[in-house]
This record gives sequence, C-alpha cells and structure tokens, in this order.
Amino acid sequence: MCGIVGLFMKDPALEPDLGRHLANMMGILSDRGPDSAGFAVYGAGATDGMKLTLRAPAHFDFEKLVASLRTLARSPVSLKIVDTHAVLSLAATDEATIRQALAAVPEIAVVGAGTRMELFKEVGLPTEVARSFALDRMSGTHGIAHTRMATESAVTTDGAHPFSTGLDQCLVHNGSLSNHNAVRRELKREGLSFATENDSEVAAGYLTWRMRQGAPLDRALEQALDDLDGFYTFVVGTESGFGVLRDPIACKPAVMAETDRYVAFGSEYRALVDLPDIERARVWEPEPAKVYFWERRA
Amino acid sequence: MMSLAQVIEPHLADLAVLPVRDLNQALHALRPGTNDTLWRITNPQGRHAVAVGLDAPVTIEIGGHVGYYCAGMNKLAAVIVHGNAGVGVGENMMSGLVHVKGDASQAAGATGNGGMLIVDGNASARCGISMKGIDIVVKGNVGHMSAFMGQAGTLTVLGNAGDSLGDSIYEARLYVRGEVAGLGADCVEKVMTDHHKAKLFGKLKAAGVAGEVDVSEFRRFGSSRSLYHFHVDNAGAY
Repeated sequence: MCGIVGLFMKDPALEPDLGRHLANMMGILSDRGPDSAGFAVYGAGATDGMKLTLRAPAHFDFEKLVASLRTLARSPVSLKIVDTHAVLSLAATDEATIRQALAAVPEIAVVGAGTRMELFKEVGLPTEVARSFALDRMSGTHGIAHTRMATESAVTTDGAHPFSTGLDQCLVHNGSLSNHNAVRRELKREGLSFATENDSEVAAGYLTWRMRQGAPLDRALEQALDDLDGFYTFVVGTESGFGVLRDPIACKPAVMAETDRYVAFGSEYRALVDLPDIERARVWEPEPAKVYFWERRA
Repeated sequence: MMSLAQVIEPHLADLAVLPVRDLNQALHALRPGTNDTLWRITNPQGRHAVAVGLDAPVTIEIGGHVGYYCAGMNKLAAVIVHGNAGVGVGENMMSGLVHVKGDASQAAGATGNGGMLIVDGNASARCGISMKGIDIVVKGNVGHMSAFMGQAGTLTVLGNAGDSLGDSIYEARLYVRGEVAGLGADCVEKVMTDHHKAKLFGKLKAAGVAGEVDVSEFRRFGSSRSLYHFHVDNAGAY
C-alpha cells in the first residue's frame, strides 16, 4: 500500500509551517503505511556549504565523531543531533575528506547530502517518527514524506523512504518496479552506487543519472516513463524543483492540490484537508504518464 | 405557500465530530416511507465509505470531497457530493442517483447494477468497469480502460475517452462526444441510428443536460461480439 505526501511552498510566508504541515499529512496516512516512515526537508543552507545527514544506531556518540572530524576539516563543522540522525554542516571543500572519514565508521550511514536537503527515516508509526525527529518544528521551501507498508522486503530503516542518490535529490515511491535489477546493473556500470536492494532506490538512482547527464528533473521523469517498468507514483525533490509522476496504468492513487501559495501531493485527499485554504484549492487527480513539475524561482 | 425546503427539516451530520460508522448506521436504519428524507453531511474531509449501503428514497447532500467508495451499493437514495470523489464512487449501486459535482477518481460506478451516476467533472481510469446495468453520464472526460468488461447499461461521455475504451466489453453501450484515444479488445464503433439517438437523449435528459448537447455529436461504441461468443472453429483450442 504505502502513503506519500509532498508539499511545495510558493509563498515564502508559509515556509516556517512546512514541517508542521508535512508531519500532519504524514500522520494522517499512517494507516496506509504503519511500518516505517521518512521525510526530506529543503531548509536553509549556504551555497558554498554542504549538509550531510547521518544515521546511526540509538545512543551513538555523534559528539565524539564530530570532534575527530573537526581535526581533519579545514573549515568549521557544525553538528545538529536529531534523535538517531545527525546533520553535519561543513564547507563543500571539506566534503571529500569528511566522507572518507565517515566511510571508515561502520555504524554510520550517510542518508542524504546537499546544500539544503536534510533526510530522516526510521522504523515505527509515522506519527512517532515525525515526533522523534521534531518534524513539526522544521521549516523549508519544500519537502516530501513517505509512510511504508512493507510488502516485498523487510521492515528495516534501510528499506524506508525517501531515497537519495544525488546531492539535494530525493524520491518517495508508492508501487513496485519489475525491471529494477536490470536497471540497477546498468546504473552501476554508469558509476552509481546503491545502498540497498530496494526497487525505489533504483528509481532515485535512475533520475540522478539522467540529471547528471544534464536533463532537468521534468525531462528525467519523462525518460523514466520509457525505462522504468512496473507500477509507481513518484514524488521527487531537487534543490529547486518538485515533481510528480504516475505510471501509464496509474495503479497507485494520487491527489494534488494547488493554490497561489503552495502545491501539495497526497496519496489520498485526506492527507490534504488541514492545508491552508484547501477549500479554495484546485484539487485534481494527476493523469497517468504525465509529468507534473514545479520549480522555485531564485 | 411554503416551499418543500421549508417543510422538510434536513438532518445535519458533521463528520468532524460524528464517526462515519455512526452516520452509516443511522442511514441504514432508514426504510422506504421514512420522513427523514433530507440529510446534510458536512466536513467529509476525504473520509472513506461515506453514505454506503443506503436502502431508502432519501436525499443525502455531502458538502465537500469524499474518499473511497462513497455511496457504494446505493439503493433508492440520491447522494449528491459537492466536491470530488475518491476511488469507487457509487460502486455496485443498484438504483437511485449518485451525483458528483466535481471529479471522480478511478473505478467510478464499478459493477453498478442500476440507477444513475452523474459526474460533472472528469472521471479517471476504469470508469464503469464491469458495469451491469447502471447509467453513467460523465460531463468531462473519462480515463483509460473505461467500461472494461461492461456487461449492461450505458456510459455517456460528453468529453473525451482515454485509451482502451470498452476493452473486452459485453453488452454495455458507450456514447462519446469527444475524442477516443483508442478502443480496447472487441470494442468497435457502431452506427448511431435514430433509435440510439432517442435512447441517448433519454439518458441526457435524466442527467439534466438535454438541450445542452446535441445527440448527433455523439459516436456509439459497443461489442463486436467476437470475443465472448463461442466459435465452433475454436473448439480445438479447449
């Protein structure tokens, strides 16, 4: 089953409320996916900076880790601990050094990286996951979230969404892909690496690969229609963009709402009912095999 | 003289406080001859299974968007949704009227045996799938695979129809005013005679759009009956 939601603020005045709305939307869809949940939020960030979101087992000593990283970095490294996750903010010039050091720490998984994106996911009820990461207090321009009902692989944090395979890129998926093994092999040949055997991570990797080749997100999604087989509703975020795509058969549900102030996505309309002025929003079902895409103006 | 609306006091049900289950139980208790003939439901907020399984000639006005299976299995009642409807609105309805003022999601009117489903906006994929006698009128477009395996009844589309219209169709009759993206297996265009125009006019009239559209603008589609009839030539295949 699974539930996905996404919210893209057009009006900067709504940005402080992003996390609160996203947490509520995700909580409403708990019954579509009670096993695990995750979300990505595009918040503040410096253009010459880099944020790495790390995940570690409970009670991991992030302070100690960062103290050792600071001895390696040329510029300051700041740490924000969020339950089982931590966000490191560092200079882009230190990224390679820090990543190399992190690779030597087996407890650490780098779940997301980018100038603005922070990404959190954990096993448990979506409302609990949102609470443990204090999603309701996060602000940002856009964000996506997922509630998972595991049907084809184990209930693990690795299997939770969103998946991020490129800087400031993330994807949530409702559905299942049938050709993900073949696509994964091809993408590995193209130099991408994958952390899991999950089909959704392949979809994220595919879009990363297309965007690396120079395609904008909307074009990458169009190409996905030709190359990804199976059923899917994707909601995708980039540093400045927000996209939605459903497979040509439209197996998985989707509802969108748009006002002058925001664009919202939900697996069901229920997820959108508490958004501002939803009664006056244009509410529609996105068409199969049609790319929907919004981009922030700088 | 008092108008009907002044005489009939509507029952109000606010789903922000009343559980859907309680509402449905109250509606199920209604029987033909009841005096509680008008119900106004507020704050549906996309909830599923609102006003399902009715079996009395009452009118239910729902103020807002509903979730899945609204007015499913409807008998006798008129259910009016002032908003969009989720998957399977009017599913397996037997009689009465279901009127969606906005858009309907997938499988609107699925397996419907009778009555009329009107969608003022668009209906998405598989509208009227396995329909068994229902009359469906969609004022906008319908999505792909509409009237899939349709056995009886009519699907009238004032807008366009998506791909694979009427796939594996039996005896349902399809009328489309706009473009058809493609026909499904065994579905063919048929001649629109005066007899069919009169039939179509009756459906349009029942849906309140007679006079707004010209029956001669519609094309008719139905089964070529080559898929579901047994051919002795194929006996060796079994």
